[in-house]
This record gives sequence, C-alpha cells and structure tokens, in this order.
Amino acid sequence: MKVLVAVKRVIDFNVKIRVKSDGTGVETANVKMSMNPFDEIAIEEAVRLKESGAAEEIVAVSIGVQQCQETLRTAFAIGADRGILVVTEEPPEPLAVAKLLKAIVDEEKPDLVLLGKQAIDDDFNQTGQMLAGLLGWAQGAFASKIVPADGKIVVTREVDGGLETVSLDTPAVVTTDLRLNEPRYASLPNIMKAKKKIIDQKTPADYGVDTTPRLTTLSVAEPTKREAGVKVDNVAELVAKLRDEAGVI
Amino acid sequence: MACLVIAEHDNAELKPATLHTVTAAAAIGGDIDVLVAGSGCGAVGEAAAQIAGVARVLVADDAALEHHLAENMAPLVAGLASNYSHVLAPSTTFAKNFMPRAAALIDAQQISDITEVISPDTFVRPVYAGNAMATVRSSDPVKLITVRTTAFKVAELGGAAPVEAAPAAAESGLSGFVGRELSKSERPELTSARVIVSGGRGMQNGENFALLEALADKLGAAVGASRAAVDAGFVPNDYQVGQTGKIVAPDLYIAVGISGAIQHLAGMKDSKVIVAINKDEDAPIFQIADYGIVGDLFKVVPELTEELGD
Repeated sequence: MKVLVAVKRVIDFNVKIRVKSDGTGVETANVKMSMNPFDEIAIEEAVRLKESGAAEEIVAVSIGVQQCQETLRTAFAIGADRGILVVTEEPPEPLAVAKLLKAIVDEEKPDLVLLGKQAIDDDFNQTGQMLAGLLGWAQGAFASKIVPADGKIVVTREVDGGLETVSLDTPAVVTTDLRLNEPRYASLPNIMKAKKKIIDQKTPADYGVDTTPRLTTLSVAEPTKREAGVKVDNVAELVAKLRDEAGVI
Repeated sequence: MACLVIAEHDNAELKPATLHTVTAAAAIGGDIDVLVAGSGCGAVGEAAAQIAGVARVLVADDAALEHHLAENMAPLVAGLASNYSHVLAPSTTFAKNFMPRAAALIDAQQISDITEVISPDTFVRPVYAGNAMATVRSSDPVKLITVRTTAFKVAELGGAAPVEAAPAAAESGLSGFVGRELSKSERPELTSARVIVSGGRGMQNGENFALLEALADKLGAAVGASRAAVDAGFVPNDYQVGQTGKIVAPDLYIAVGISGAIQHLAGMKDSKVIVAINKDEDAPIFQIADYGIVGDLFKVVPELTEELGD
C-alpha cells in the first residue's frame, strides 16, 4: 500500500495568538511555526502502517510558502520517504488545496490519503472530505482507529455521543482525530537522514489548478473578552448568588 | 434568495441543533426549506414541519441514507443546492462529515462554523481556536455553511409546513456502516443541556466523577470534562468540552478542578454563567468565571450538592 500524507505549516499550538492592530489578520512575524498537530498524527499513523508491513511507501505533501520545506523535513524525520512541495505565496483555501491534492493523487496513485481533520489556524475542517468528493473515493473523517483488512480499511470515527465504525473500499481518504495515536519524537539520526530525502518542487500552474480565493477576509478581531467575576467565601454564598443574582438555579 | 437547512436527526428524533441552524438561516433571509435525509424518518419530517418560519420540508427516505454516510449524503445535498442561494447545516460531526464533500461537488468553498450573519454573503467565524474572529465575504453563487449552534437561539415551534418527498438518493457502494457505540446516559446531552458540571485533572481519577454526577443529578445537568481528564482516562472521549471536543454554551457551567487551558475555554466561554471551583487561586479559569470558590473540590462539591438538597 502506498500512503500519501498532507501536512500544513501553521503557527505552533503553544503560541498565544495576537490579532494585528490594523485588523487584517494575526501576527505571524517572528512567531514559531510548526506542523499542524493533526497532520503530525497522520504522518505517525502512516509510519505505523509501514512498520506493521501494511504500507510500503509514504509520500508527504505540503502546500504553501518555501518554508514548508521544514514541515516536510519534520515529516521525513518521523518516517515519510519523500516529499512534494507546491509553492504558493498565500496558503490556498481548502477547496484549492483539495484540487491540488487531487492532481497529485492522480499522478502518484496512492491507496490511502491521510490528512489531519483540521488545521489549527483556519479551523475549516474541510480538505479531506473535499478531496474524497473530488476523487469519488470513500472517506473516513475524524478517525480514532484505522485497520486495513482484506482490501478494505475499517475506520473508527469520533462522533458526537460516541464512536462509529465504517468499512471503506480502497483507495480511500482518512482524516485523523486527536486520539488516533501519539506521534513519536524524531531521533537525531532520523533528523539527519531527513535532510537527505528528496523534495519535488511544484507550483499550482504545474497542475493547472486555479487557487484564487473564494472568501475575502474583511477583518480579523479579538473575541469579546469575559470579565473576571467575584470569588465567594463559601458554598452558601455561592448558592445564594446563583439563585438571587444570576437566577440560573 | 432561499435557504436549505439540513436537519440533524437519528431517524427517530429531530436534534435541537437543527433549530439553531434554522435561526441562522432566518438571519440570512428568504424562504427556508428543511431537508430530512434518512431511513424511516417520516416522524422527523413531521417534527421539522412544526418549526416556525419553515416554508417546506423535503424528506429523502432511503435505506442508503440510514447512517448518513458522507458518500451517499453529499450527492443528495449537492443535487439540491442549485435550487438555493444558501445551504446550511449544524457544525456537528453529523454535518462536518458530508458538507465539505457536497461543497467540493458543486465547486463551492464552504464557510465553516459561522457565529454571526452580517449580510447574505458576509459572515463571522472563529479562527485559531476562537482566539480571533474573522469576518469573511463569499463570492460563491451557492453558499455552503456550517453553523456554530451555540451562537444562534433555538427557532420556535408552531409552524405547519407542507412535507414533500425529496429526489431519490443512491447507494455509492464505496463505504459501509459497521456499527455505532454511543455512550448511554440518563442525563441531558452536553450540547443541549441547560446546566453542565465539568471535571478536570483535579478530579484525580474516574471514580471521583461520582461526586460530579451526584451534583449533576441535583441540577438536572450534563457531565463534561476537560481534555486533561479525558487524556488521563478518567472519562470517555465524548465528555470532552473544548476546541477539539464539544462547544457548549449552557445557562450555567460549573468547572470543577479545571485549570482553564485556552483549549478548554474555547469550548465553554460563551456559557451564560460560569462557576469555578479550584484549589489554586491563580488558575486561569478564575479570570473568566462569574463566581469562584478557592478550595478543595472534595469538600466543596459535596457541600454544594448538600446545599442544593432542598
């Protein structure tokens, strides 16, 4: 089985987000960037499939600025074999990303495409489902377990209220949820080896994909802040406040 | 202008998320149709017809739609979309599964998780786990939208819309439903509960959640948890409130032994009244709580349950 994994470069999840004072976006200058955590889980899962003998090759794809090379190197250090970088000035919207990935899938012919369920910057939660739609493939969104069996892939999905299991024909697209696995720390020898792995550089024009955005961001603002309330001394006072002041019990 | 709202249901009952989504559609304007897609879901269609402001209910009743598999739902939604200016669904795992797939089929860039309608083409949505709010304008002819249900009120009942059959669905043959394991609980669902009692790492273990259950029983509340408590294995995944779990906005949210990581706050900060019980007086949760008690939860929670006893 050949596995294709899509990885996105985003602001590191530990960074406290600051909205730009002119309201055009969030501050990204001198901010630590990392691989989207859900994508890291996708790479880890692909590597585990390879280690179990279910997968032979892992191709990592990133789309965005030149520095996405670093994101691909991170994927290599975890265990991806080679990479494709589609260079764009701005990160394209999910629909354009899905179209680029479809073009890459048409060339690479993987049996499984793994993606994070959402990127922690734009929080869209769309690309995997869109890619599956464009390809006409089966999809398993929000996976907490992936088991290849008899030419099918059985996926346990995290849904509101519990878990759901579906059986997918291959090829298929699967998006990862948090509890699928815990990504490993890359070892130093693997980080060194990652530097030698090959990245194929492309542009959207190579694939004939128009990445013009459909959404225009008019402004980005801070969310309304909640004011800190009061500390009460004891339970009786709390109950009195909830009953008489707030009127919620 | 006309909106199509995709109803969330389990073939027996209409889920409240649908009522919030209808309110979002009403903010856009125009006629509102509701699609009920499922199998043996006639009663759900009747329930949807009672939502005030709904012009028409379309029922797609087909075995292929029983489990709402994305491969079968998306073509149905995409096929109907051209009759409308907007297609809306709740931003729950039910619709997040098939809506982007439907959007791709009609070459539309979906607008996810809207919290406000500014105009028929302009919407507000949270980005960066709710740490920023983006106002975006869509240029797509048909706008596919998922709605953050906690940001819109429940639509009223009292309507009597006609119920019609929707075009037939087809079985894709790409995927099959194997099973579903839903957590069984006598308590209300987290996303629609009026009161939520939530526990964090401070609970120390799963057995101690019995303290919260006793309190929840007094208040008719749902029980939730922080990601720390879920990751530690105290409670199942679907208890999780937060950016990567459920987004809730009850009238009363009682956070017990929860420090208040950004991740958790993103999921509950729109609650009407927040109470924090924590032994660490510097815990970030106190910065957003309306009422806080600094103290040992193992003492405070039983006292609170007792105090509510009468």
